[in-house]
Amino acid sequence: MTTSTAATTTVLKSLNGAMHAMMEADERVLLIGEDLLDPYGGAFKVARGLSERFPERVLTTPISEAGFVGVAAGMAMRGMRPIVEIMFGDFLMLAADQLLNHISKYRWMYNDQVHVPLVIRAPMGARRGYGPTHSQSVEKHILGMPGLHVVAPSVLHDAGALLRAAVLDDLSPVVFVENKLMYARRQMSAEGGRIGDLFARATSERYPTTTVSWEPFDRADVTLVAYGGMVELALEAAETLFFEDELVVEVVAPSSLQPLDLAPILDSLKRSGKLVVCEEGTAGAGFGAEVISRVSAEGFSLLKSAPKRVAARDYPIANTRSLEDMILPQVADLVRSCRSG
Amino acid sequence: MSQPVERGDIANPRARFERDGRPLRTKLFEQMMLIRRFEERLLELFGEGELFGTTHCYIGQEADAVGVINHLQDGDIIFSNHRCHGHFLVYGDRPELLMAELMGRVTGVVGGRGGSQHICFENFYTNGIQGGFMPTVTGMALAEKMKGSGNIAVAFIGDGTLGQGVLYEALNMASLWSVPLLVVVENNRWAQSTPVERELAGDMVARGRAFGIDAGEIDSTDAEELFGHFGDIIAKVRNEQRPHFEVIHTYRLCHHSKSDDMRPEEEIERFRKDEPLIGARAWLDEDEARAIEARIEARVEAAVRWSREQPFPTPRHLDERVARPAPMAFEASASDAGEGA
Ligand SMILES: Cc1ncc(C[n+]2csc(CCOP(=O)(O)OP(=O)(O)O)c2C)c(N)n1
Repeated sequence: MTTSTAATTTVLKSLNGAMHAMMEADERVLLIGEDLLDPYGGAFKVARGLSERFPERVLTTPISEAGFVGVAAGMAMRGMRPIVEIMFGDFLMLAADQLLNHISKYRWMYNDQVHVPLVIRAPMGARRGYGPTHSQSVEKHILGMPGLHVVAPSVLHDAGALLRAAVLDDLSPVVFVENKLMYARRQMSAEGGRIGDLFARATSERYPTTTVSWEPFDRADVTLVAYGGMVELALEAAETLFFEDELVVEVVAPSSLQPLDLAPILDSLKRSGKLVVCEEGTAGAGFGAEVISRVSAEGFSLLKSAPKRVAARDYPIANTRSLEDMILPQVADLVRSCRSG
Repeated sequence: MSQPVERGDIANPRARFERDGRPLRTKLFEQMMLIRRFEERLLELFGEGELFGTTHCYIGQEADAVGVINHLQDGDIIFSNHRCHGHFLVYGDRPELLMAELMGRVTGVVGGRGGSQHICFENFYTNGIQGGFMPTVTGMALAEKMKGSGNIAVAFIGDGTLGQGVLYEALNMASLWSVPLLVVVENNRWAQSTPVERELAGDMVARGRAFGIDAGEIDSTDAEELFGHFGDIIAKVRNEQRPHFEVIHTYRLCHHSKSDDMRPEEEIERFRKDEPLIGARAWLDEDEARAIEARIEARVEAAVRWSREQPFPTPRHLDERVARPAPMAFEASASDAGEGA
């Protein structure tokens, strides 16, 4: 696949570097979660080196997801800027009550007298053989909660910059979805409208949407919306379709799932008229459903064919590779959906 | 209060209490009388159809609030629950704001957004999810400790809330991190329609001790006794910067919420003889007691009158917060010793 000349660092290093820089510069920033202390540095090593440099501000916790998410919320309400690390994103649902009945509500319910500037980092996703309870993408279950922001970097974003924006510039609580496979990947950043050989543009929002194309945005056949770990698969599918079918697929990668900026999706649809949305979690009441619903309501006349969604099949995620592959959305599924209709 | 309330003491119940030069017993009786009459009036207004929804009264437990909260000073935090009127009235001493909130007016404590189960006033917070705020208040106390502010936090929970698991996650962390948090369990012997024997196994106080937290209990409805008891405990939490867990055995004389009471009448009668206001009234001479009752009557009526005149929210108040009104003029006239306004 085409890589960026500006590709400098992996997603993991980007996130780890951002946390080091923030904790160095700002005493309010602290990290809280399970097994964070060096030399272990967290289950995925994103926290490495932090506890040695900032022993007072890295709190390694008991196995109490609801408890430490709530503790961090209380600290946020009293002037700190806590970052919570959930060991596996699946465990975020243990703190569902904290998100639903506490954290997302406090600002509005208390008549704008408080803020909860809290960031909850949650490693999501499969393809590492961790099985049904350590591989899910559960973010769809927290979409639609008023007051909560949901951010998901991909290889088309600067993950560290997004994390910094979430911690320092966003007064709302943020769930920050990190795809586990992505940690080892290099970030690709757009320079002068290009990422390597590809044409690229990004919105100027706090959490930008990046769109890439194999043509200079003068024509397109398909708008393929993807976030997080699915962006890599989308890029691979788009490259295949360009060289094998001469189809121009614009990959639209939002970094904010909530609120969702529909403008770049509608803009791409003006050129393509065909929408495919993908996600690694299951389809029902998910991100794709939301995108298709909003496009239908706000840009129906742009659609020349029925929108499609690509998602996991309705099973738990299997432990064994062969079954896992059958359940998860693959590049071939994206290629097929982009070709059809 | 016989002295005008200074702006700077809005979040400092202790300073207000100390500046009032009258005898301790007089002051405690007047505060409890305010809670009692406020709630009796609320129940009347529900009966007359002027209030809508539900509310949880504190009748019978007033001595707990005055015993604890008068020791809290500027910057100290309270997190309370659904049964918070007594706590709020001692902390904020603004009956009109609570009345307006219950009447759903924009000048209520949180502009009608929360109702009394969900309010925020300076460093006073409530939430209607049993036990769910325990991690939050632990985090708040931890943040204060990290900032070196010297402030402490107090959580009020009921006996029924001891069934919530997240409470124990919070106690564990409060002890591990030596957080300046006082947990006050108001054992009023009932949780909604369930007697304590049916919801709680084992020992209440041992629950705190199991985590290595200092814990104790007191069986009393005597405000003066409770005031002395908690003076020592709060000074210890503040000076030693570590948690404490204290159970008050008391009794709820009213229904759980508005009109749901199926408890045996003999039981209620048995506890009625210990109710805090009868005992406290007997401390005072008849003239003094009557003067206080007249003043409270006037304050509560003024709060009702004022609240009735306040506007209801309009669509713009979904996003807009109305500034908190200054203490009302009637406060000054009502506090001119003796005369009802
Ligand atoms: C998580 C949760 N479950 C159930 C309820 C419904 N509820 C409200 S008050 C209450 C009883 C609480 O009993 P207790 O903690 O003893 O406090 P009390 O009402 O006696 O002051 C219940 C079950 C709730 N608010 N939150």
